[in-house]
Amino acid sequence: MYSIDHHDHGTPAVAGAAQVTLEIDGATVTVPEGTSIMRAAALAGGSIPKLCATDTLKAFGSCRLCLVEIDGRKGYPASCTTTAAAGMKVRTESPALRKLRRNVVELYVSDHPLDCVTCPANGHCELQDMAERLEVTETRYGLAGENHAHAKRDVSNPYFTFDPSLCIVCSRCVRACDETQGTFALTVEGRGFDSKISASAHSSFLDSECVSCGACVEACPTAALSEKPLIEIGQPTRAVTTTCAYCGVGCSLKAEVKGDQVVRMAPNRDGHANQGHACVKGRFAFGYTTHPDRVLKPMIRARISDPWREVGWDEAIGHAAREFKRIQAKYGRDSVGGITSSRCTNEETFLVQKLVRAGFGNNNVDTCARVCHSPTGYGLKHTLGESAGTQAFTSVMKADVVMIIGANPTEGHPVFASQLKRRLRQGAKLIIADPRAIALVRTPHIEADFHLQLKPGTNVALINSIAHVVVTENLTKEDYVAARCEPAPYQKWRHFIAEPKNSPEAMAAITGVPADLVRRAARLYAKAGNAAIYYGLGVTEHSQGSTMVMGIANLAMATGNLGREGVGVNPLRGQNNVQGACDMGSFPHEFTGYRHVSDDSTRHAFEARWGVKLETEPGLRIPNMFEAALDGSFKGMYIQGEDLAQSDPNTGHVEAALSSLECVVVQDLFLNETARFAHVFLPGSSFLEKDGTFTNAERRISPVRKVMEPRAGLADWEITVALSNALGYPMNYRHPSEIMAEIAALTPTFTGVTYEKIDRLGSIQWPCNDQAPEGTPTMHVGEFVRGKGKFYTTEYVPTRERTTSRFPLILTTGRVLTQYNVGAQTRRTPNVAWHDEDRLEIHPHDAEFRGIVQGDWVGVASRAGETVLRADVTERVQPGVVYTTFHFPESGANVVTTEISDWATNCPEYKVTAVELVKVNQPKDWQERRQKLGERRWKSRTGSGVSHV
Amino acid sequence: MTATIFIPCDASALSLGAESVARAIAAQARARKLDVTIVRNGSRGLCWLEPMIEVATPAGRVAYGAVAPRDVPGLFDAGFQTGGAHALRLGLTEDIPYLKGQERLTFARVGVTDPASLGDYLAHGGFRGLRRALELAPAAIVKEVTDSGLRGRGGAAFPTGIKWKTVLDQDTAQKYVTCNADEGDSGTFADRMLMEGDPLLLIEGMAIAGVAVGATHGYIYLRVEYPHALRTLNEAIAAACEAHYLGRDILGSGKQFELEVRVGAGAYICGEETSMLESLEGKRGEIRVRPPLPAIKGLFGMPTIVNNVISLASVPTILERGAAFYQNYGAGRSRGTLPIQLAGNIKRGGLIEKAFGVTLREILYDYGGGSASGRPIRAVQVGGPLGAYLPESQFDTAIDYEAFSAVGAMLGHGGIVVFDDTVDMARMARYAMEFCAHESCGKCTPCRIGSVRGVEVIDRIVSGVNRDHNIELLEELCDTMLQGSLCGLGGMTPFPVQSALRFFPGDFHKAHGEEKR
Repeated sequence: MYSIDHHDHGTPAVAGAAQVTLEIDGATVTVPEGTSIMRAAALAGGSIPKLCATDTLKAFGSCRLCLVEIDGRKGYPASCTTTAAAGMKVRTESPALRKLRRNVVELYVSDHPLDCVTCPANGHCELQDMAERLEVTETRYGLAGENHAHAKRDVSNPYFTFDPSLCIVCSRCVRACDETQGTFALTVEGRGFDSKISASAHSSFLDSECVSCGACVEACPTAALSEKPLIEIGQPTRAVTTTCAYCGVGCSLKAEVKGDQVVRMAPNRDGHANQGHACVKGRFAFGYTTHPDRVLKPMIRARISDPWREVGWDEAIGHAAREFKRIQAKYGRDSVGGITSSRCTNEETFLVQKLVRAGFGNNNVDTCARVCHSPTGYGLKHTLGESAGTQAFTSVMKADVVMIIGANPTEGHPVFASQLKRRLRQGAKLIIADPRAIALVRTPHIEADFHLQLKPGTNVALINSIAHVVVTENLTKEDYVAARCEPAPYQKWRHFIAEPKNSPEAMAAITGVPADLVRRAARLYAKAGNAAIYYGLGVTEHSQGSTMVMGIANLAMATGNLGREGVGVNPLRGQNNVQGACDMGSFPHEFTGYRHVSDDSTRHAFEARWGVKLETEPGLRIPNMFEAALDGSFKGMYIQGEDLAQSDPNTGHVEAALSSLECVVVQDLFLNETARFAHVFLPGSSFLEKDGTFTNAERRISPVRKVMEPRAGLADWEITVALSNALGYPMNYRHPSEIMAEIAALTPTFTGVTYEKIDRLGSIQWPCNDQAPEGTPTMHVGEFVRGKGKFYTTEYVPTRERTTSRFPLILTTGRVLTQYNVGAQTRRTPNVAWHDEDRLEIHPHDAEFRGIVQGDWVGVASRAGETVLRADVTERVQPGVVYTTFHFPESGANVVTTEISDWATNCPEYKVTAVELVKVNQPKDWQERRQKLGERRWKSRTGSGVSHV
Repeated sequence: MTATIFIPCDASALSLGAESVARAIAAQARARKLDVTIVRNGSRGLCWLEPMIEVATPAGRVAYGAVAPRDVPGLFDAGFQTGGAHALRLGLTEDIPYLKGQERLTFARVGVTDPASLGDYLAHGGFRGLRRALELAPAAIVKEVTDSGLRGRGGAAFPTGIKWKTVLDQDTAQKYVTCNADEGDSGTFADRMLMEGDPLLLIEGMAIAGVAVGATHGYIYLRVEYPHALRTLNEAIAAACEAHYLGRDILGSGKQFELEVRVGAGAYICGEETSMLESLEGKRGEIRVRPPLPAIKGLFGMPTIVNNVISLASVPTILERGAAFYQNYGAGRSRGTLPIQLAGNIKRGGLIEKAFGVTLREILYDYGGGSASGRPIRAVQVGGPLGAYLPESQFDTAIDYEAFSAVGAMLGHGGIVVFDDTVDMARMARYAMEFCAHESCGKCTPCRIGSVRGVEVIDRIVSGVNRDHNIELLEELCDTMLQGSLCGLGGMTPFPVQSALRFFPGDFHKAHGEEKR
């Protein structure tokens, strides 16, 4: 079922300058060449009957309802598959056509239950629409003939059902799976009257290759594929356009609501980031917002060993404010700080850093982006001049070669992955640099041209060896570099990179990637025409994360792959608002728009607007806060929407620091792991309960719109306002749009941004200002933001985390499609049907050596700590490397990760931990294991060793 | 002197015991210490005489048939190996009237040569067409085919040369030649006989097509029910490759053409060209929407010739002997010859290659000798299961695409199935719908659901339920399928039904059980 307010044009839009003019039912219509007659008629305001056509899928021509008459042509061509031609005269209605269409609908109806009134699609069923429109009220064939009335329903998927008795075999689901999602999980089984939609041939939907993106469900014209809530709750009555709160793709969604209940999420066909698509999380996994675990009352307690006590908002806010003031009075102004979250809106994030800077009077504010993409900000700012990705997602459709480094788009950024796969199916080449064989290495209709399966921690060695080939084989774009980059650093870089030590042959021993593969991949990238790099946390979460980002930027500049569509350096952001949180001045050293706190003119502007004197020195970063806490100089934290205890490395160290604080205020939907150390809990609001904006990986500012009232009474921005007022620093916003107005007034890249404009355009890619009033899809066009691009030499320095005989394996981490980050949301949805525990992937060689078989419990020990996971023996990982996800707190993935971090930004090196495995007995039960794990956490090492700039 | 005995290895001969006959002849020859050479040839197409064996004599080949293993000692006693008299002796093969009256251009070698022998093929004029093609410019080859008037023998009768020109005109690096050998129509067997009897002719035709349009790869899409043809084709392809008639460098010309056989999985619909392409690509056999035409976007999205076996096998003759020679045969716009396949209730079933213009009646009676049962012929179905039924009043229709079209019938692949006056045409109409329901790919609604409803409606008609209403409904359903279906399967299923309704209405009006009274 389409979103309830969708008007379908039948076949996809055709891009093209040439226009043709034809006559449809006597009216003159001009459309782009290649447009179907069906679409031309729809654009002219008409609507030709149809069932198998929809404007997201290629025309298929199977339902035979859209037949028309064309002067000079025999018979009745299908308007979906016949393209408009100049001078054509088309009739879409005639007695003959009407009879033909009625007779076809009558055939459909002869094999379809006539229980429309009780059907979940009632009122939105396209077959019902056609029958009504053509006045087919009965079937002369009777209902006693052969039919599918008793076909078995498949209810295995947690979110939707498949009822073959309602299926009209239009193949829209199959085609949506192929064309929109690119998974190719569905097929038509059997033939003729026995044709039946089948998931992975004879599987249930749940057991099949289906990734539950829901494209098929949306494409279904009847209730054959139907969201379960549609059956349970009924038809939605209104739709609110908002933005997904999961990954950094930032899909535009329509929340369809009945009363105050969200019935379903339908991707917005006009959504700029997602082009009408969504994934299993965005479309289906919103049930956490009404999960019983939601805390709906503020709570306080004197000591973290005490039970929680529910209190009113005033008391909770008052208590928190008093505690912060007490601590600052006792330990000094710098003894408290705040943490913003990449999950919250721009406006909320802005307010938290404002509260810290203006209310606390220090710069001790940091964000969870510290632990994911801070090297992106650093590396791209220094080389190109802006801390952000360079392209719009749609740019990939013009790429000839795509290089993916340390990212797993089909799991982490599934909706972008679908677009990428579409481009790859069109013939773009693919290079993957990843220690693990991610799905894109080989998936239906896609095979990577090169998989550079490097050892974890050797990114810089690899990018240097690629650049070495480009430079020494004269594949650089010298004109481009001469025109756009600083010459001296370039020459220095060229000299450095051409050194024999950077050759693929020399680096092969470090990276483990055969030199020949590197050379061929480098040539492919450099000679592509349009080559685009997409990267993820596999690049940033390393001791040389920032170096690697600069290495990527160097390569793109040297080959001229920046500043137009189809190219670029594109960080795939993990969370919905990583980009926004960074933009909003969440880092201790920067105001909004990445301007340093020591910059007088910027600071003066903020001081003037905020009416307070601001600190000139950067404050503490998250790891520094932990160290200061352990030193006894840091005593209070306001943490909005971030679970430090689960997501930060070396859990033992983090927990020791948190438990030393005197006031921890946690603002969250759930009692997360960090809340175990909290004194005040302020119940937050989900993305459905507030207004605001998120900024995705393409710098796209998209609207978040309130669908229901905040369940705990206050939206997150209102909580921060209340806390600030209680601290004695007044804030008087009535609506988030006023916060955005302040952001725009203070931030040169946001000056053109208003809520009115966002609503009008749908979304805006910053910079949005007088130079770019409607935003900037592609950055660095003509010249780089910093003026001349700057090359940095990128010496490969191995991480201090080394494998030894004690810890001979490298543990690296990642995520799965159905779970999100630390799982706080997705673990509280039926997504656990696909992934209900984190497992440890281990190569068969390593497993056999240790006597480990599939499903065994395995103890994982590092220098930092120990945990227990179940083994998944697989060749996806290379020998010597093990891999796990970190979605479940009981997995304790971060118990074992160390606090080694990026030299420039302190982004932790999650991706490289030396470990040893030992087969252990299966714990008696899950709880016991988790409890033991908790004890181990306290015992784990708490030493320092953080590297600094 | 060594006697040469020809025993067909064609599937129809084999099904009638040719293998046992061959074994018996070999055994007798050993026992009698006679020096005989047994050649396994294709079939001459005189099916009622199979297994028909031949011996070489100075006067020409002498035929004996139909031979059973028990006849073999007697044949040796009669000295058949030198043409001795015997009750089964048919005289000189060439003088058998059934053969003598034919104009065998495409089937000239079938039954004469050893299909596996490249030497035999060359000795009988093989590869002269290809050699000539290699001397011509691609456009000249295409022109030759166009000028010959050759039209698609698969049934659609589209001018072959024009199709080739479309492919030739496409500017792409890769093109394909595909041969549709998914011969699924009831009563047709010309493709099979040719592939089993003279496979190198098809290979030569495809190589010429490849050279003509610039295709370097070809595929023969063979139905799974033809295991003998598969073996024969593969042997012939191997031999042709070995001798460089196929491969990277054909006869030193620098032209490449590689050929392989792909076997279908038993779906009739894969005989429709776009479904065949889907199947060749490894996908579900399902109709593709046209346009784009396969000649523009065909196999793997590349320009592709899709031709029937007989169309391609007609090409070497055209190239060897010139367009005018071929064009000289035929009538009206139907030029050349058609291998007609005569089957069903007929006395002398078999393959008759005739120039277009011969009448249906001549085929049925002069060649076929009337029905096998001896009863009057009541109806014939021409062109496979989707062809119209013709009543006796139309038997003077000439074998000619336009003439058939004029009487609402179609020639199709040239298969004729004969029924005597005991046939129940309502049952035949039902069979047409049933066939469509069984073979529908399921893509379009008129075919997928319409065919099932068609069977049900005919059942109601013959059982007398609401008969007039249901006949009207059946006629409307036929219109819907005819006008609304995506391809010829659903679109032509109404032909046999409508013709049965039109010419044999009484069969639909018999009360239930009336036949028994």
